Order: sequence, then C-alpha cells, then structure tokens
Amino acid sequence: MAYELDGATIEADEEGYITDLGAWTPELAGLIAKDENIEMDDERWEVVNFLRDYYEEYQIAPAVRVLIKAVKKSMGKEKGNNKYLYTLFPYGPAKQACKIAGLPKPTGCV
Amino acid sequence: MVELAIDNKISRTSVEDPLAPPCMTPGAMAGSKPFVAAPEHNIKLGFPGELPDDWKEKAIARMGYLAETNRAFKVYLDTCMKCGACTDKCHYYMGSGDPKNMPVARQDLLRGVYRRYFTFAGKYFPKLVGAVDLTKEVLDDWYSYYHQCSECRRCAVFCPIGIDTAEITMAARDILDHVGVGQKYSNEIIGKVMDVGNNLGLNAKALKATMEDLEEDIEDETGVAVRIPVDEKGADILLITPSADFFAEPHIDGLIGYAKVFHEAGVSWTVSSYASEAANFGMFIGSEENMAVLCKRIQKAAKDLGVKRIIFGECGHAWRVAYNFLNTLGGPFDFLDQNYPIPQHILEFTWGELQKGTLNIDKSRNDEYRLTYHDSCNVARASRMGDEPGGQFEIPRNVLKAVTNNYFEMPEGTTKEQTLCCGGGGGLLTDDLMDIRKKGASPRMHALKQVEEDHGVTHMVAICAICKTQFAKMMPEFGFERDSILSVHQLVSNALIMEGQVDEDDEDDDDMDDVPAVSGAPATGGSL
Repeated sequence: MAYELDGATIEADEEGYITDLGAWTPELAGLIAKDENIEMDDERWEVVNFLRDYYEEYQIAPAVRVLIKAVKKSMGKEKGNNKYLYTLFPYGPAKQACKIAGLPKPTGCV
Repeated sequence: MVELAIDNKISRTSVEDPLAPPCMTPGAMAGSKPFVAAPEHNIKLGFPGELPDDWKEKAIARMGYLAETNRAFKVYLDTCMKCGACTDKCHYYMGSGDPKNMPVARQDLLRGVYRRYFTFAGKYFPKLVGAVDLTKEVLDDWYSYYHQCSECRRCAVFCPIGIDTAEITMAARDILDHVGVGQKYSNEIIGKVMDVGNNLGLNAKALKATMEDLEEDIEDETGVAVRIPVDEKGADILLITPSADFFAEPHIDGLIGYAKVFHEAGVSWTVSSYASEAANFGMFIGSEENMAVLCKRIQKAAKDLGVKRIIFGECGHAWRVAYNFLNTLGGPFDFLDQNYPIPQHILEFTWGELQKGTLNIDKSRNDEYRLTYHDSCNVARASRMGDEPGGQFEIPRNVLKAVTNNYFEMPEGTTKEQTLCCGGGGGLLTDDLMDIRKKGASPRMHALKQVEEDHGVTHMVAICAICKTQFAKMMPEFGFERDSILSVHQLVSNALIMEGQVDEDDEDDDDMDDVPAVSGAPATGGSL
C-alpha cells in the first residue's frame, strides 16, 4: 500500500508501515493516524516523539516497560501504565504507535 | 432420561463446552492467507525468491526428496486409514468449522498429490485412490491451510497409528519455500536472527540499555542489586530466552523472575547479544538447514563466553527444538559441564532450587490471584523436563503450587498431553492471521471460562512467549482482562523474598499506595 500526501506517494508495506523511514513527516503521521481512526493529541504526540527519539539512538523501538516509564515520568503515574497506553493506541501502544511514528513494526513473539 | 441428561448439562454450566464439535462450514477459511515473504527474505534463507516457471517439477521433486530422506513423512503419507479419530481434535477446526481444517483433510491436501506422483495406483488410477494433480489452485490451498495449523500435535495424540500432522505441515511449508512461496512473518524473522541475533532485531546496544534499565527497576523496587548480565565472559550459565522476554509484558516479568532466582541461587549467568533468541522459527517452516543455523549460534555464543551450562527461558517451541535438536544440529557441546542437562529448562532449575530450599517463598504474596495453568503445546507434546515421564506437566505445576495458594486445573481433555494450543503457535502469531488466531483460541478460552465459573479463576499462566502474546491479544475478545495471562516466573518473582529485600511500599509515602509492591505486583500486562 501507499499514502498520498500533498501530491506525493509514500510507499508502505501491506500493513501500512512506511518502507522508507526517511519519508516520515508529522503531516504523514497525522495521515497514518487518521487511517487508524486515531485523532492525534498532545499525549499521543508525546508517545510518538519518544519512540522516534529512542529509535534514533537505538535503531529499535523501546520495550513496553521503557515506554511506560517514560510516560509515567512525563504524564504522571496514573497514566504510566499499559492500560492507559491502550486507550491512546487501542491496537497496542508499540505496534500502532510505531506505525504512526514511521518506525518498523516490532517483530517476533510480541 | 435423555431429556434429563440434557437439562442437567444446561443447568450445570452456562459455559460452552470447550471441546464441542463445530457446525461444519465448508470453505469458511479458504480466504485465510498470511502475507507472502518478499524475494530477499526467501533468498536469504536459501530459497528461490519467487515462484519459478518450473515450480511444479520443483515442488514434486522436493516432495520426492522428503519422502526418500524422511521415512516418518513417507509412512505418514502412506498409512492414514481415514478412521476419523482426528477430525474434531484440532482447535482450528473446532473454532472455524472448515472441514479442510480437520487434520485428516488438511493432510490430504498433500497426500492426494503424493499419491498422484509417487504411488502406482495414483499414477494409473488416480480417481480411484483420491490422487490429485498438482495445480496452482492446489498450491494456493496448501499455502492457505498449512498456515492454519500450529504444528501443536494434538491430533497426533488421538491418531491410532501415530501420524504426526505437524510433520506434514512442516513438509508442506518446506515444499512451498522451495518454490519461492514463503511466509513473510517466519522468513523475515529468521533472517533477522541471522543479522541481529533475535526475532525483534534488538541490537547489543539496545539490549544492554534495556537490561540496565531493568536492573535499576528491580533495585528500586526491592533494594537488592540483582544483575541481568549481557555478554559476560566466564559466567557459568548462558541463558537463552525468547527476545519477547526483553521487550513485552508479561514476558519481561518472567525475566525478572529468572534473574531473582539466579541471584538467590548464587550462580553466575549471562545472556548473549549474539544468541539473544530462544525461538527457532526454522522449525515452523520445516527447514532443518535454517534450524541448524540458529542452533549453531547458540553453540558459538556458549564457546565465546566460556560458559559451563545452557539454560532456556520460558518459550514453548524453543524448548521443543532445544530438547530434541540442539545437540544434533547445534552440537557438539562437549565443552560444557556434563554433570548438568544440556540444555536445561529454567523450570528444572527453579524447581531444583525450591526443593533445595534456597528460595525464601511467601505464597501469600500471590493471594490476589486464582490461577490455572495452560500447558504450552510444544512443551507438553514434544519435549520433557526432569528425570520422570510427565515431568513437563508436573514441574511447572509443582513450581506454581510452591509459590501460590490458589491453583485450579482446567477441564480434563484440555490439559497436559491433550492441551489445546493457544491458537498462535507454529508461525501463526501474526496480525494478518488474526481471524484464524481468534478461532483457534476459542476452545482454550471456553475452557478458561469454565474454571472462571467453577472456581473463580482470575488468571492463566503459561511458559511460552507465543502463548503469552496470543492470549494477551485474545483475552479481551473473550471477555477477560488483557493482563489475565501471566508468566510462571512472574509468580515466582512475586513470592520470592530475596535476602536483604525491602519492598518499595514499605518505604514509600501515602501517594504511592496505589502502586503495588513489586514483589507482589500484578502484571501491568498485555502484548504490544
């Protein structure tokens, strides 16, 4: 599949993960989120930005526990849990948030 | 009398019989197909990138090679007498009602072609013996239905002549790979292990950072400096665990449990960034060559680090591969300490420590849970633990009973050697197969409902990364909380009071009251 944004075509795999990570823009994130029936807000952006920062340093998405800890730090402990992350990204915080953040899908037994 | 019996059944429970045969729906799952692997993923594994022009000859040749070199496979194809004992034993048939998911019918997709090209009757009187020409439609059917089998072997338990459907599925996938029709999920992942060392693609830098972070968490929560060493040369034990243990919940809670047990047992251990994966998807695709490549990584890591022992973490098919093939495909392991099992399962180790009395256990720290245990298919039906027959059933239960007070069994016929697969095993744990995963999970979910109703069970425990992820995804679909699937070693971790341990709650002020003490903490749970 592919995304169409401002006349440009951005290639993605069968599940909607973009194939050229360099093609990501915040506007594209908004478009992918819309496809996922997600309205981006400040908290979702925080998660997406954290994932991108972490990926830049480690070339992989963070473990869920690491993400939860980061969320707890910035949004408070009542939101620093998996359940809250699922309210932000109902298909699963890592997979769905990674897709929006333009990162590869976490693979394996996860 | 008949009416009374029916009434009794209805009044006894409102829960659906987990083993009830389905309403048959021909073609129900004909459209179920996983994504096909990209050419580069196939080529990396030694297969053609795409379907070649002479695919039919190649497929038949590969089938002939397998029948010639694997006597079991040939016997399985030759001997089925269509008795029907397996028909209603497959969780995918029970959940989908598609008759091609009856194990005998799924096998016959391959058997018909084998008869056509490799038996006298099939060559000359094909119609009389159900022999089928190999066409593109047949190949497509293989791709669809051999990815609706988790190689769990439940049907084989009921086969009076011992035909192992898993072997037939593996052979079918191997033939498909040899004509360039690989499955994206499995083949991409095997390639990742070859490149990075694990299914996730978690590199050494990220692995070390994640483990350091976890060490800090454990120390914050317990006051004890428990180590999770990475690439530590000279350690006694190399832990080979599924990379999901480094990444997802509730898996990582199990990893914390292993670390605490090793700490209390006073042994030195390490994980390896080179062999940071227990899973071996080479088995799923029936490729001995690829299975061997991944096994050899473990041997190399053990040699390079100079360890004396190898212990496997909670992973179902990893243990199946390790128990059966690590020595033959990844060996020799003559450089390890021969006084210990090669390889050993983490549950054998923990059970040993519990029996020795080295672990200070307070079972009441798990009292918030009412538990049942899901036997992971690969451990239950394709391996063993300990020195006694049935150890693979008893050791996990012994450990659970030693660390918890409220344990209940699921209905007979759904546990131990007759356990139901989680529905996500054998390379099916991928989002593009969600429909068949849900259908395959339904018998187990109904069995769980039964113990929920009968005994108030709140959580199910498993020792397989795939089971844990699959159930975390499936629980909400069947009315359970996402986090009602736990790791065995998570419960060990909860109940274990380490020397010098000070629970976080004891020190915290009031505003942390809603954060449970870690040693008694429930999973925050859920897959990705």
